[in-house]
This record gives sequence, structure tokens and C-alpha cells, in this order.
Amino acid sequence: MVKKITMLSIENITHSIDAWLNGTFNPTVALLLESLIVGLCVISLFALLGLVLVLMERKVSAYMQIRLGPNRVGPGGTLQTVADTLKLAMKEGLTPDGADKFLFNLAPFLVIVVAMMILAPVAFAKGTQIWDINIGVLYISAVSSLSVIGILMAGWASNNKYSLLGAMRSGAQIVSYELSAGLSVISIVVLTGSLRISDIIASQQDGWWLFKGHIPAIISFIIFIIAVTAETNRAPFDLAEAESELTAGFHTEYSGMKFALFFLAEYVNIFIVCAIAATLFLGGWMPLHIGRWEGFNRMMDYIPSSLWFTGKTFFLIFLIMWFRWTFPRLRIDQLLNLEWKYLLPISMVNLLLMTLVAIKGWYF
Amino acid sequence: MNKEELKIRLETLLSSPSFEEGAEWTTVIIGPAEWEGVARQLRSGEGLDFDYLFCVTAVDWRTHFTMVYHLTSTVHRHMLVVKIKLDRERPEIQTVSDIWRTAEFHEREAYDLFGVVFTGHPDLRRLFMTDEWKGWPLRKDYEDPVNMIKL
Amino acid sequence: MIQEAGITEQGDLVVNLGPQHPSTHGVLHLVITLNGETIKKVEPHLGYIHRSIEKMCESLSYRQFIYVTSRMDYLSSHINNHGCALCVEKGLQIEIPPRAKVIRVLMDELTRLASHQLWWGAMAMDVGALTPFFHAFRERETINDIMEETCGARLTMNYMVPGGVMADLHPNFQKRVKEFINFFRGKLGEYDELVTGNVIFKSRMKGVGYLSPESAVSYGCTGPTARGSGVSCDIRKLYPYEVYGQLQFEEVTATGGDCFARYMVRMQEMRQSLSIIEQLIDNIPEGEFQAKTKAVLKLPKGEFYSRVETARGEFGVYIISEGGTTPYRIKFRSPGFSNLSALDHMARGHKLGDLVAIMGTLDLVIPDIDR
Repeated sequence: MVKKITMLSIENITHSIDAWLNGTFNPTVALLLESLIVGLCVISLFALLGLVLVLMERKVSAYMQIRLGPNRVGPGGTLQTVADTLKLAMKEGLTPDGADKFLFNLAPFLVIVVAMMILAPVAFAKGTQIWDINIGVLYISAVSSLSVIGILMAGWASNNKYSLLGAMRSGAQIVSYELSAGLSVISIVVLTGSLRISDIIASQQDGWWLFKGHIPAIISFIIFIIAVTAETNRAPFDLAEAESELTAGFHTEYSGMKFALFFLAEYVNIFIVCAIAATLFLGGWMPLHIGRWEGFNRMMDYIPSSLWFTGKTFFLIFLIMWFRWTFPRLRIDQLLNLEWKYLLPISMVNLLLMTLVAIKGWYF
Repeated sequence: MNKEELKIRLETLLSSPSFEEGAEWTTVIIGPAEWEGVARQLRSGEGLDFDYLFCVTAVDWRTHFTMVYHLTSTVHRHMLVVKIKLDRERPEIQTVSDIWRTAEFHEREAYDLFGVVFTGHPDLRRLFMTDEWKGWPLRKDYEDPVNMIKL
Repeated sequence: MIQEAGITEQGDLVVNLGPQHPSTHGVLHLVITLNGETIKKVEPHLGYIHRSIEKMCESLSYRQFIYVTSRMDYLSSHINNHGCALCVEKGLQIEIPPRAKVIRVLMDELTRLASHQLWWGAMAMDVGALTPFFHAFRERETINDIMEETCGARLTMNYMVPGGVMADLHPNFQKRVKEFINFFRGKLGEYDELVTGNVIFKSRMKGVGYLSPESAVSYGCTGPTARGSGVSCDIRKLYPYEVYGQLQFEEVTATGGDCFARYMVRMQEMRQSLSIIEQLIDNIPEGEFQAKTKAVLKLPKGEFYSRVETARGEFGVYIISEGGTTPYRIKFRSPGFSNLSALDHMARGHKLGDLVAIMGTLDLVIPDIDR
């Protein structure tokens, strides 16, 4: 399932490349070249993620539905997404007649760019972080809000009343659930005392916050998972793109490569939010350490940090996929009810509880 | 009520009913002008309570039409069949869609396929055929050389 | 009078649902007038699959017209054929052998199970749970395979003839049905866990689409649609035919009147069907499977009406005969036609997502409505 090459001591690789570049070129050019390399890495990560996650979704759903899923293209169906992307790339990209051409073409790119920008502070392994900004978590929350603009743009510019309906629903849903997600994130920040991602991970040196923070952290975790499932428009909150309701939602009028971008962006978003959940609650790349048990901790350290990170993230991705194929869909008013009447008050009270716990030191 | 009691009760209700013999259920034949009053009596009459209209059929007998209404009561569990003879040139009858709501669709079907006009119907238009269709398909003299094959 | 899609003077949105749409099971065209997300009026436009079956039957013989009804409500094809065969037998006044009666009832109940399975899978899919569809079809496939062995077809099983059934049961029939019953009992419990007990599912179905008992009777609703509102209308109990009078089973009614009540009625009906099959499968009497009838049937002059309980409600066959070899006029009283007329009444004031849930619980099969 894990298709990435286990990156043993990426730190060494990045340091040696950095040293070589700085030695060969002057600092500005070296910086430019480094940015170029990082950009290429991010794009290839996107492509790889799209490949893996789409296939994973199809296989997971198939096994839950007593069938096999893709198993013809490539060994065990692994090249299915390549075939699908090729097909989408060769399709005619139709723009509807009355559509606002500029916005129509801009929307998918906006969504993809936002997804790329959120990747910056995420720590994939020890020392592998594109930008360890001091407001890491705040940056992520702020930038993920921008994706709403892309969705509303797509719905409006399609010149289709069903797309507009879907986009409005989607917009309302995302904006509402950001609140609960944000509050859950803040509750961990309270425990850590810092917004910086590397600090948050370092503070889980002696155990993951999910276990150390006991009850408030578990509540935060559950609320966070529910909120991000709603934010990424996944079932059971996928009314905006439900096939058996009116239409396919805001991306009805898109075809060809632009649709592929929306599709890709959805799966990358799932990866990102699961990565954030893994970072905040499950320790990111930090192996499972239990307090002061030195022997156990050293044994856990043998497993490379990138493997820990991918394992946790993909476990959470599997959980979110499991939800989709088990639960029916919520109606739009039930969805908003859930957020405003239940999740938001609970997360606010939980935040207070967490603050109390943090002040009094009642955590492990 | 069984068939005998129902027959007696109907004789008191209607002016000059004629009953059909040998049918499985009590069958009464009345004229189109009486239908409205009789329908209301059947629906709310004491001991009658025919609240369930389960079949509305129009039959083309070449010289005249007949509307057949099958009624039953969920309270007393007795059945009644009402037949009304209509003029073939101008088949008109009072609607009962305000008494039994199911008649709304059934009468639209009879209008669509036979051309029977139900006066007072809230929305009498074609149901199965397209709105511009000419002719009444289920009539015995309906000719359609394009769509119909004679065996 | 026909609303075109667009915006009315009052600012209401008029949208078309169908005729091609994943949720309307069949070609049903609904014109919905919306105020925001709330439905103000639902108007069904029918006729997309109108094949003028009633006119066609006027030129088919009494042996031939039975099988056209399989194509009407294709999910209850045995039961529809059964109704037609009963009507012809009423006209001819022939007595069918006991073996044929029992076989007919067994086939009816298996068909009812298969139809309810498809309903359950499609209902869950409409509400958003995509997995139960596959589970439902796995069960349905088993029933279809059993039917295929005996009747030769999986969907439109032309098996009933006036006088009995067309061929005898396959030797494997009893064994396979017994295996299926055991397998299916366990699965029903699983279905309750997966779908019925789900909080999201219940909140989608409870309180949605209320139909009062008086409205149900006034709109002519039958079957689980009316039984969900508490109206007792099971033809198998009220006017028993074949061996239903001697069997032990209950008529399932519920008092809620909303979508969840209708859903529970159908789930319980599946259990009752299982118990009927269990009572009969070991006691199939020996003997003839078909009574002796002439090759060309002629019904005497008169009118005959017979009714059976399909998976959707009461199916009535009304034959008016002039004494010839073909009927003079046939009227099929289909259950879906009346159930559909209650849709507008039930859906007003609800949201668009609820309309899909209501249509799911009405269990509409459009060829049955359009004939």
C-alpha cells in the first residue's frame, strides 16, 4: 500500500544538496535552484498522491462492496489512474456558452494552488519540511479557507443554476465546519504552547497528544475528523456533489483536464487534512514513545520517521474512506444543524476544558 | 352489509336503479345526471361508507360508453360496482375527484384514452399521450396507420 | 398549465427531475416548484413508457395476454401473471390442482422477496449509502438463479398459465430454497445493523413524508404505502386466494405514516414472506401441476375482476368479455398509479433531498404506472 521509497535520513540528503549548491553557485542562484527543486518535488508528490489515493479509494470501496475493483491495468490494477488521467487529458475541454471564461478557467487552478500552498509547513519526515514558519498551524487554517473561493467561482462561472446551487451548499458547509476544525486545532496548540509545526511534533517526544491529552484530546480528535470530512466534501457530507440528487455539484460543467484538476485537488485535500490530523494528534513523524521507557523508545526509533508519518496518514485516510461507503448522506439542513448546534458548542467547551487541563498540568 | 341488504339500501337511495344480475358483486346502473348526488351519498352515507374507489374504467361499447366505478368500504368491507351509461357523441360526466382523491389521475386517464369529459375536474388534460395528440386511442374506431398494426 | 423550467412570477424556481435521472426508478418526469429548497408542488408527467398494453390485449388471446403483464411491473412478474391467470380461471370456472396452488404461492413469495431486496438496495443508494446495493443484489441473484432453473428466465418469468403453472418444479428447487432461507435470515439481521439502526438514516427518514390513513385511502394507496399509515389492506388476508387462507402469517402495519414506518413495514414483510416459504417448502403436495384446459380459451360473456397483492400493492385485473377468443376490454388496476398520486400530497413543504427519500419508500416502478 505504501508506494513511497522509505527515505532513510533525508536530512543528510537535503543537507548535502544544500551544501553542494551553495558551494557551486552564489547564494541567490542557489536559493532559486533549491526553490525549483522543491517545486518539482511538490508537483511529483501531487502526481504520486493522485495515483495512489484514487486507486486506494477504488480498491477499498470494491472490497467493502464484495467486488474486486480495478485489476486489469498494470499488475493488480496499479496503473488504472494513469489510464484515467490519460483519458481525461485527451478529452475535449468544453466551456459552456454563457460561462464567464476567465473565472471558469481560473477556478480549478486556484483550488490546486491552494492545495499546494498548504503543503508548505507539513513535516513529512524528520527534517523534511519545506517551510517551518513560526505560525505554521495558523498558516494552514488561513490558506485552506481560500479554497472556498475556488469552489464558488466554479459554481458561479458555470452559468448553470444547479452548479450554483451545489456551490452555495458547498460554500456554506465548508465555512461552517472550519470553525470546529479550527477550535480542535487550537486545543492542541494550547497544550503545546506554540504554533510552529516542528515544536508541536517535538512536544510529542514522550507520547502522542492523543494519549497524553486523554479526554479533551480524544474529543478534539473526533470533532476534527468529522469537521475535515465535511470540509473536503466527503460522504456523509457530500450533498454538494451527490450523484442521486440534482447534479454533480459545482464541477458539473467541467470536463477534460480541468475536471481532472478538481478531482486531484479533492484527493490531495484529503491527504493534507489527514496529514495535519496525524501531525497534531498522532505525532507526525514522531515514533510511538511511551514516557520514560528508554528501551521501547529506542526500538521504535529504528523504524524510519517517514514510515511513521505515511503510516499514520494513510490510516486516517482509510478511516475517511470507510465513512464514505458505510453511511448514508446527511441533508443540508441536518448538516448545518450538526455543526452549529452540536459540534461548535462541544468544541468550545472542550477548548475551555483543555485550557484548564493545560494550566493545571493534568496531562501526561 | 351483504348483497341483499345493500340492494335494499340502494333502492331507497336512488330513484330508479337497475341492478345487473349474475355479477360477482352488487352492480347498479344509473344515469349520468344522478352520479354526483349518489357519489356523495355513497361516500358518507350511514352504513355505506364507501371510502375506497379502487378502479375507474371506461368501456367503449360502439353505440355508447360506460363508466365503471368499483367501490369498497374499508369499514364494512362490502363492494359495489356502479355503471353509468354515457352518450357516445358527447360523453360527459361529473367528476368525483373531490370525493375520492384517487379519481384525479384515473379520470385524466379516461379522458386521455377515451375522450370522456369530466366536468369540474381541477386539471383535465392528457396523461399518457403528448399534449398535441389527436384522437382518443382506446376507442374501438381509432385508426392510426402510422403506429398501429392490424393483426 | 404545464410549467416550463425557469422562474415563475412569484420567484419560485421550477426544475425538472428526470425523465433520465438516477433516483427516479424508471422514466418519470417530475416538475418541481421550489421556493429556495422547499418544495411547493410536485407534478408528475407520465407516458414516457406508455405502450398501450390495454389496447394491445384486445387483440391477444386469453393465453397470450398474461405475459404482457410481466413487462408492466417487472419486479413482481410472477404475481402479475398470477392475477391474470386467476381472472381467466374465474371466467372459465376451473379448479386448479393443489400442487399448482402451492407452487404459485411459493413463486409469489420468492418474487416478493426479490422485489423488496431491490427496493432496499435502491432506497439505501438514493439516501447516499452506496454499499447496501451490492449486498441486496447478491441475495437477489440467488433468487434469480433459483427461478432460472425452474422457469427458464430471471426477470420476466412467464410461468403461470390458466389452470396452473407451465412446468413442474426443478428437482433442486426445494434444496436450494431451503439453503437460501437459512442464508437470508442471517442477512436480515445484518441489514438492520447496517442501515436501519444508522442514526443518519433514521434522521433522513423519520418525520418525512407523512401520509394520514384517511389520505391513504382517499388517494387509493395500497400495499406497504398504505400499511405504513395503519390502513389494513393486504389482499392476502382480506380476500385470500390460493392457499393463503390456510397459512400462518401476519399482516404488517405501522402507525407512523412517515417514510421510516413504510420502510419498517417492508422489512417486516420480508420476514413474513420467509415464514410463508418455510411453511410451504416441505409440504408441496404431489399431483398435477396444471389443470386440463382447452387449447383455445373462450371466456363466457360477462365481467370478471380478480385482485392479488404484489410487492407494491393491489393489482387488479378487470376483464370484460363478449364471448370471443380475445377480451373486449381489459383494465389493469396498477398499484403504482394510485401510490404516485399521493406523492404531491406527501412532498409539499419538504426539502428536495426528502423528495428522493419519499419516492424511494413509495417503491415506484414506472412501467407499472404507464402501462
